[in-house]
Amino acid sequence: MTSDFFILMKSELSLVFIIFLLLILKVSDVFKSNSAFSHFSNVLLVLNFVFGFLFNSEGTLFNGMFYTNSALALEKNILNFGVLVICLQAFDWLKTHKHVAEFYILLLSTLLGMFYMISSGHFLMFYLGLELASIPLAALANFDLEKRKSSEAAMKLILSSAFASGILLFGISLLYGATGSLLFSEMPMLITDSPLQVVSLIFIFTGFAFKLSVVPFHFWTADVYEGAPVAVTSFLSVISKAAMVFVFISILMPLFASAKDLFYLILLLSIVLTISIGNLFAIRQDNIKRFLAFSSIAQVGYVLLGLSSGNSIGISASIYFLMVYLFSNLAAFGVISIVSSQSGKENISDYKGFYTNNKMLSWILAIAMFSLAGIPPTAGFFGKMFLVTAGASKGNFVLVGFAALNMVVSLYYYLRVIKAIFIDKNDEPIASISGSISHHIGLILCFLGIILTGFAGGLYEYIAIAFKL
Amino acid sequence: MNEIGLMHILVISTSLFFIGVYGFLTRRNMISMLMSVELILNAVNLNFVAFNKFLYPGQLSGLFFIIFNIAIAAAEAAVAIAIIINLYRNHRSIDINDATTMKF
Repeated sequence: MTSDFFILMKSELSLVFIIFLLLILKVSDVFKSNSAFSHFSNVLLVLNFVFGFLFNSEGTLFNGMFYTNSALALEKNILNFGVLVICLQAFDWLKTHKHVAEFYILLLSTLLGMFYMISSGHFLMFYLGLELASIPLAALANFDLEKRKSSEAAMKLILSSAFASGILLFGISLLYGATGSLLFSEMPMLITDSPLQVVSLIFIFTGFAFKLSVVPFHFWTADVYEGAPVAVTSFLSVISKAAMVFVFISILMPLFASAKDLFYLILLLSIVLTISIGNLFAIRQDNIKRFLAFSSIAQVGYVLLGLSSGNSIGISASIYFLMVYLFSNLAAFGVISIVSSQSGKENISDYKGFYTNNKMLSWILAIAMFSLAGIPPTAGFFGKMFLVTAGASKGNFVLVGFAALNMVVSLYYYLRVIKAIFIDKNDEPIASISGSISHHIGLILCFLGIILTGFAGGLYEYIAIAFKL
Repeated sequence: MNEIGLMHILVISTSLFFIGVYGFLTRRNMISMLMSVELILNAVNLNFVAFNKFLYPGQLSGLFFIIFNIAIAAAEAAVAIAIIINLYRNHRSIDINDATTMKF
């Protein structure tokens, strides 16, 4: 019985172990330099990532509050990998920062919250995980304490996420009144389409939409992404979004199982709005972090398009796309983080003539942009193709055509960055930038991910097998 | 009409919720916005306790939810106020209309 506990919760327990170890090391002041601390933590994260593949089993704990299986283990591995890459890329920024240990501890607490949220079998567990994932994140957004923008971003993040969880909770309380249960395993049987339940489901969907930055609720996204430090922005745009999509798949979709038509209608409206507004606003941005914020809003629209099919093909397509998106976005943010930490420049117009001094970084940024836009040899093409194919299985070809047309629009603004790098002339291009070994490893991992996931067909089949419902 | 029933409590909690939403959207002082969020959370607590007492008296899950909810609301307020203090040090104001360094 006790061994069950340790094996089923092993991803969470290993994270808790790392958090406390880092805390003790910070207090006892073993490491004299920031870089030694970072290297040590990165090694721990590599071990944690490898450990994620071992001893996977299936089962429930605490009367159904916590459950895990191979699909959830796969999702946790994806998140572990993303956090490892972000920490590798944050190395140069953290080298001169006063609070290295706090960065790792807060980041891993957030990840722990996401793990509990993904594995939750009860609304209470889900809510606790959600708050553990969002409160430390606001503290992280404020990590550059003396910068105006950073504290403003943190304020916008915490107020809007508190508001969103208030709405979500109101929905949960109404659902409790209507069904008398909070367990996800009992919930789908109890849900009919009575008006109170429909209202409560719409409240819950609104809470999710806030966290995913689906369009009517996207106002916080761009400001928070621009103001937060680059490492935190990449965490927000990749890891916390991916975790929210995983929870969307495992919790929200079963809840809506008996109100399929309503769910499709809501999704249809939000897909159209999300894709078009994300694209239109991305065109007019000059700050590259803000630009990536709007592009990530548009990408979430495509993920929802895949999920709107409601079958296992759509689910595995969106997991695959999230993986590709993780590689491409982290590659882009890796380049941006080193440029911003060494030259302080964050505008697209500053990237004019970037190719003259930084050949490798330019190519990596260009390939990341191609992958985000969905150009064939890169993995982004296959990700988008699977998503659109899954969306088409519902038979709504107007929606699919609309999404495909929007990809053309998105091509325009992704290519604008590439044009600035390679073609535009600039008298004072950004000087040659040299990153640390850790940063190089992070970039190479992303680069290989973009290229190889496109060609390794087995990966998609592996995901599809894990998510066979 | 003599006893206070489920309907009375639900009317109060729903109005509390919408007062909170209205306050969050119209107040320009960050502390007031935080207080509006607390109103929303308290509306949720009232809902849970009312449902638990009148509809499912044998259960405890609603009550447990409230205990955790209060604790989390406190944690959230602590972090939010720390952030607002830090913002005040940088901006010299806690009016949300002054926090406009970034605009689209």
